[in-house]
Amino acid sequence: MPVTTIAGRDIHVDDEGFLTTYDEWDPDLAEQLAAQIGIELTDAHRKAIDFLRADYATQGETANLRRVSTLGGIPTKELFTLFPKKPAKKMAYIAGLPKPHGCV
Amino acid sequence: MRRLLVVGAGTAGTMVVNKLRHRLAPDQWLISVVEPSDTHFYQPGYLFLPFGAYTPEQVTRPTRPLITDGVDLVYGEVDRVAADRNRVLLTDGRELPYDYLVIATGVTPRPDQTPGMLDGGQWRERIFDFYTYDGALALARALDRFEGGRLVVHITDVPIKCPVAPLEFAFLADAYFRRRGIRDRVELVYATPLPGAFTKPVASARLGSMLDDRKIAVEADFLAERIDGTTLVSYDEREIPFDLLVTVPLNMGADYVARSGLGNELNLVPVDRHTMLAKGHDDIFALGDANDIPTSKAGSVAHFAVEVFIDNFLEYAAGRPMTGSFDGHANCFVESGDGRALLIDFNYDTEPLPGSYPVPTLGPFRLLDEAAVNHWGKLAFRWMYWHVLLPGRPIPLPAHMSMAGKNIPTPQE
Repeated sequence: MPVTTIAGRDIHVDDEGFLTTYDEWDPDLAEQLAAQIGIELTDAHRKAIDFLRADYATQGETANLRRVSTLGGIPTKELFTLFPKKPAKKMAYIAGLPKPHGCV
Repeated sequence: MRRLLVVGAGTAGTMVVNKLRHRLAPDQWLISVVEPSDTHFYQPGYLFLPFGAYTPEQVTRPTRPLITDGVDLVYGEVDRVAADRNRVLLTDGRELPYDYLVIATGVTPRPDQTPGMLDGGQWRERIFDFYTYDGALALARALDRFEGGRLVVHITDVPIKCPVAPLEFAFLADAYFRRRGIRDRVELVYATPLPGAFTKPVASARLGSMLDDRKIAVEADFLAERIDGTTLVSYDEREIPFDLLVTVPLNMGADYVARSGLGNELNLVPVDRHTMLAKGHDDIFALGDANDIPTSKAGSVAHFAVEVFIDNFLEYAAGRPMTGSFDGHANCFVESGDGRALLIDFNYDTEPLPGSYPVPTLGPFRLLDEAAVNHWGKLAFRWMYWHVLLPGRPIPLPAHMSMAGKNIPTPQE
């Protein structure tokens, strides 16, 4: 598993740069990860990230957009505004979680 | 007397009751299956109905004769599962008790979940599905009338029943319009929420180049928010106008699953992905498309998972640990038009790879490669379905995926 250094810390990531160790993440790291993909975090972003982290802790899988909108209460449209183009992937990246898997 | 109750007599539910009836002593086990329809549909056949390649009679059979003697077939609609009382309540007021419950009610296309799809006045005028019997037949009439314009093949969101079917539809539509001599008057567009033709890299590259070869434009990462008249609009405000939209609506599990508090956000039952035991319930299993396992929602997955489940259930009901473990095995024939097809074979951990199946080198089927033999295999499977798979007779294919015959491409390939 590759190790990368972000903000002076060694972080375990997969081939696409997604964190592979849940506990290596913290809110400060999220700011750094977001900056790497051109996003400046606001409270609205953090709400989505927090939902994703909490949901992963109970489900063991990264939530998809429908789950974030249905259970997290953040409309899909807003997620596209907060995390343009590929919200599911970008949210997972910033939240330090595996990329949400496709079903096929 | 112990009671096993199965809800849904589709592919998974029918296999479960037919197989277990032969394995559980009739004097000790009452087996019942609840089903609303007196007709069983061969859903893979829906792909061929729009092109007139199958007749309606070839994809339907009466339900009753498909259920083994000694199984109690209850016609009815489920209102909800009262898991705390081990009962299934039907909408007509009947209550069915169980010791073990198997939920096998699959998923259903839900055009009502996308604004403008059902309520914009275009449904079955310009917007069609082919994952339902009625939809596939209505689409056959629409294709017959279609003389040119933009035809958009569209997937609303994943998971869907049979993830390769929209690709197959696009390939078959290309061949169909060529046969009719109007291909140059038809613009074909493939709009998908996935980043490409498929999710896994090797198959995505292969299937993507097949779309390119056929001049089928791909609109990737397209998540439809709504339909405005005859325009498909994504959440990021991309617009795709259409003359004919062939859509795969959002697929959801049955509403009674939600009413019973057993489902996730798509009414799918969360289960252990290796045993199909519902999370938080030690007497409820969910099989086939009704559960949330990260696989294709396809008949082959239902088949392989049921094979593993049967032996597991016998152990479980005898008070022993379940020793079988489902690996997510799926295989799907992918029609590519002109009498040829590909075959893909994969599981939770292994993506579809090239090679041969089921016997290394000999095949006869070719993995990820267009061949006539694969097409004939797909057509032959309809007979297998009615006469071997549903009755629960053994099929000489292993339930677990094998790496034998598979070629792992080097990174340069």
